[in-house]
Amino acid sequence: MSNNKAFSATGNQMVAEAIRQCDPDVMAAYPITPQTTIVENYAKFVAAGRVHTEFVTVESEHSALSACVGASSAGARVATATASQGLAYMWEVLPIAAGMRLPIVMANANRTLASPINIGCDHSDIMGVRDSGWIILFAETAQEAYDNTIVSFKVAEDRRVLLPVLTTLDGFITSHAMERCEMNDDQQVKDFVGDYEPLYPLLDTNNPVGHGMYANAPEFAKSRVNERAAMDRSLSVLEEHGKAWSKVTGRPFELVDTWGTEDADYVMVILGSAAGNFRHVARQLREEGVKVGIVRPRVYRPFPAEQIAQACKGAKAVAVMDRSDSMGAACGPLGADVLSAFYTHGLTVPAKNYVYGLGGCDVSNEMVRRVVADLEKVAEGSADRSLTYLDA
Amino acid sequence: MSQLTEIRWHARAGQGAVTAAKLVADTALMLGAYIQAMPEYGPERTGAPLKAYTRLCGEPIEVHNTITNPGIVVVLDETLLPLVDVTEGMLEDGVVILNTEMTAAEARQALNVPDSVKVAVVDATGIALQTIKRNIPNTPIVGALAKVTGVVPVEKVKERLVEAFGKKFAQEMIDANLKSVDRAYEEVTVA
Repeated sequence: MSNNKAFSATGNQMVAEAIRQCDPDVMAAYPITPQTTIVENYAKFVAAGRVHTEFVTVESEHSALSACVGASSAGARVATATASQGLAYMWEVLPIAAGMRLPIVMANANRTLASPINIGCDHSDIMGVRDSGWIILFAETAQEAYDNTIVSFKVAEDRRVLLPVLTTLDGFITSHAMERCEMNDDQQVKDFVGDYEPLYPLLDTNNPVGHGMYANAPEFAKSRVNERAAMDRSLSVLEEHGKAWSKVTGRPFELVDTWGTEDADYVMVILGSAAGNFRHVARQLREEGVKVGIVRPRVYRPFPAEQIAQACKGAKAVAVMDRSDSMGAACGPLGADVLSAFYTHGLTVPAKNYVYGLGGCDVSNEMVRRVVADLEKVAEGSADRSLTYLDA
Repeated sequence: MSQLTEIRWHARAGQGAVTAAKLVADTALMLGAYIQAMPEYGPERTGAPLKAYTRLCGEPIEVHNTITNPGIVVVLDETLLPLVDVTEGMLEDGVVILNTEMTAAEARQALNVPDSVKVAVVDATGIALQTIKRNIPNTPIVGALAKVTGVVPVEKVKERLVEAFGKKFAQEMIDANLKSVDRAYEEVTVA
């Protein structure tokens, strides 16, 4: 168990501390709201000599991730952070990092995409990169952002995986709000994460290799098959390392956090910080006699389909809460994933998909109650089940 | 403090409302509470009206939204009153603490709140100008908050101030801040 002293910190401070404790060889980053304070704090650690990291200041996010790809190919432990337009600007390099199987750890402070220009939280940025081959984690709290970031290095660098990881926290809501947190000793983190020993470092001149090579059709497809297999394997590796870290900290780690699902009539599936609001109202509704359950995937890629289906199997109706849309599709991204999980695992429970919290829109208790009221009708078969926007 | 306490701060950017929101949270944290402190997010423009929020609870705090039904409202700048509905959504048995030269009775009239709402006034600006020698009413008003609401003890507020300022400021500045807290604690009046 952990007996660490509680202190106050923002999510971005906690992520910066987690990266400091993992002490990457290289960080290349470019500032963007609401991520900036991660690299700002980290730059202070570098200036104070508290890490051995080479901090590379670059002229854009495209260059930031490109520098990370170079450094990671060379054999370095590498980290960066971004958000929103910055993540979008990195897009070209994201599948390159994954395809080259580079265990880069990147924090993302989830923020919407323009236009209109807006700096508030939603998941448009991160959902836009969901198919890029990166493992994607969602934190509910600043504390989880810290724990997820530490576990990210361990999973990324595990030879059964060797994939980059995006460790995300909700912009402002988690990145900038001050919460009660705890931190483990530097040594505990060092012992847990261990040293990174790259498999094929470019700088190993005794064993020359090429990275990021051209591949014709069959080799290309083989590379994708291997990447897919690594992504699938990473789910159990994540669980293994997450549980191991949980043993050190005494703080829980579940691939899918569930609350009240054992006997729930109505279940809501939701990612990130808003899960707390939903759980808060679910507790109130339970006292009023409405059996509500909450399912919160802590990992989004690889998608924990079986765990989510399992948690929803007893429900009379399910709401899937998306904090971004897939314009023109029948569902938002999480909605599509959850419904596909239901189909694959033989669930026929009626479900309804919502889009909420766009561009920093607040999640009110009334919003949660409205969803549950809808679910009562969905269960009876009397509700419109098309995608519904809740903010406006 | 086992129950959730929600404080909403109204100020103009630059008056230190976010620092005050964090000071109260950090003080409660010293006493073992779970806390949240956050500004309302958006473009930052000095002088523009802003809100900040503090939550305190004996249990872990799960909600992560803004505070729409505060039990305590703190107003750092009375020129906001015609512009912002500072008491919007506040609890019927809530407390408003206003930085003003008005009497508590005058403030009650200006705020137009029901009798069940407690109204407290303190000239935090005057106190800040005399002690800290700058128009930063955020530290003194926390002294008034401690007196009127009891959510944090004033001695702990001062302890936290010393802890927070100790490394950054000269002793003279720390003493001025502590004095501003004491004076607001003594001078706040309630109607």
